[in-house]
Amino acid sequence: MNQSDEFVGKKVLRGNYAAAYASRAARVQVVSAYPITPQTLVVEKIAELVDSGKMNCEFIRVESEHSVMTALIGASIAGARTFTATSGQGLLYMAEPVHWAAGTRLPIVMAVASRGIAPPWNIWADFSDVISQRDSGWLISFLSSHQEIFDSVIMAYKIAENHEILLPYMLAYGGFILSHTSKPVDLPPQELIDDFLPPLSKDGWPHIFMDPERPMMHGNLIMPNTVPGYQEFRMKIQIAQQKALDVIKEVTLEFKKKFGRDYGNGLVQEYKCSDADFIMINYGVLAKQMEIVVDQLRDEGLKVGVLRLRTFRPFPFNEIIDAVKNAKAIGVVDRGTAFGSITGGAVSTEIMATLHLSKQTKDKLVVPFINGIGGRDVFPSQQKRQFEILIECYEKGELVENEEFMGTAYWTGALGFK
Amino acid sequence: MSDGWKIISKNKKDRPKVLIYKNWKDLPPIPISFPDNIMQTGDWRSFKPVLDKSKCTKCGLCWLYCPEGVITHGSDGYFEIDYKFCKGCGICCNECPNDAMKMEKEQEEI
Repeated sequence: MNQSDEFVGKKVLRGNYAAAYASRAARVQVVSAYPITPQTLVVEKIAELVDSGKMNCEFIRVESEHSVMTALIGASIAGARTFTATSGQGLLYMAEPVHWAAGTRLPIVMAVASRGIAPPWNIWADFSDVISQRDSGWLISFLSSHQEIFDSVIMAYKIAENHEILLPYMLAYGGFILSHTSKPVDLPPQELIDDFLPPLSKDGWPHIFMDPERPMMHGNLIMPNTVPGYQEFRMKIQIAQQKALDVIKEVTLEFKKKFGRDYGNGLVQEYKCSDADFIMINYGVLAKQMEIVVDQLRDEGLKVGVLRLRTFRPFPFNEIIDAVKNAKAIGVVDRGTAFGSITGGAVSTEIMATLHLSKQTKDKLVVPFINGIGGRDVFPSQQKRQFEILIECYEKGELVENEEFMGTAYWTGALGFK
Repeated sequence: MSDGWKIISKNKKDRPKVLIYKNWKDLPPIPISFPDNIMQTGDWRSFKPVLDKSKCTKCGLCWLYCPEGVITHGSDGYFEIDYKFCKGCGICCNECPNDAMKMEKEQEEI
């Protein structure tokens, strides 16, 4: 592969291009993708790179997202490093083979430029699409910057291809907010990336192979009570997910040492949490924006902090308990819906369960927020109000009634509110 | 053989013909089958027919009625059941006029 300046150094890149360039840097061998707003630029860029010979990769054109994932499953079984990207409805259409990829334990990496689920049609930032696939067995991370998109793709292969893990990895970033805006992204030299993430060996995966001299069958029907049975293999996915908690930490630390970029421990990233009385748990780009609000409130003398949930699957319960155990009250902000759950937000519901695992945190007040649904603007002023509601709830000792309170959560930023 | 699947990954030449699992911990991450140990329809069975040769009159009704064709006429005149493919439907036992065949439970309850 020709090492040209296009791929090294500081470049101003859209988030989607960062994902495309990262797939090239990771020496991905097979890409299949179907264009869907707001992910289209990923597909366009990879197609352009492959067509111009700048990326040594097979691009499989297919007619739908369902075929995208099935094509990648085949390529991955054959021992190739594979990449794709999708969004919202595309991810939902892909849902069936998404579960197949996890069940077959294939380390496919997928960038998801998250968008709202229709109807009504919506193409803007909302993580409901990823949350709909949260129990599929995929590893899932929420990303918060252009640089993080590039770096996470590289890290994702190292984590997913670990022989103790062997699970696919979904990297979600908000549609348009990250996908279409441009920011400087530092592209490291290819030698450094190759050293961190070596090109895939020809031996293939330890558990599955395509070898005409030694044919094998997989994904076959297994009976409820035969050994090995279905239950045993489902257990193994959960064990791999638990193991991934350690591997993500290790890989993120190794990445920090090599490239100097800090993503916390890879699971959560703290911002001024160590002495904070009030901690907001947030994810994606809004968590980064909240750091500005934290600084403003700290200037006013309030001890506040923000904990960015970087990895959603596996859920880093120990790390969250550690980070919030000294706080007086905890707010959780969701940009995405889990209809019918306790709070209506997937992360806040799960945080409530997490805090009950430890005696230190089980009596703490959790205040759930839902905001920015379908790309609705969330300005720092709104996030500041979320902190005010959190503090007010703590002082009253319960969730206080106001016009944004919808029974179990505060839906801030809706029409007609402050 | 524990860690059978790890041996597969390391050396293609040493791939075992049949993987034997003693414990779920020995299992590979996914269910795989090789031509030598590919699942047979006999694995569907929860009861299997067992022949009591002392009662058998070699009438051949079981052979005639078996819907799967897994009963064959052996060289000694008795009839043999191929358990690889017998699904355990029990028709042979039902038809046996001398009660020489009995359905036995395949495995203990989990």
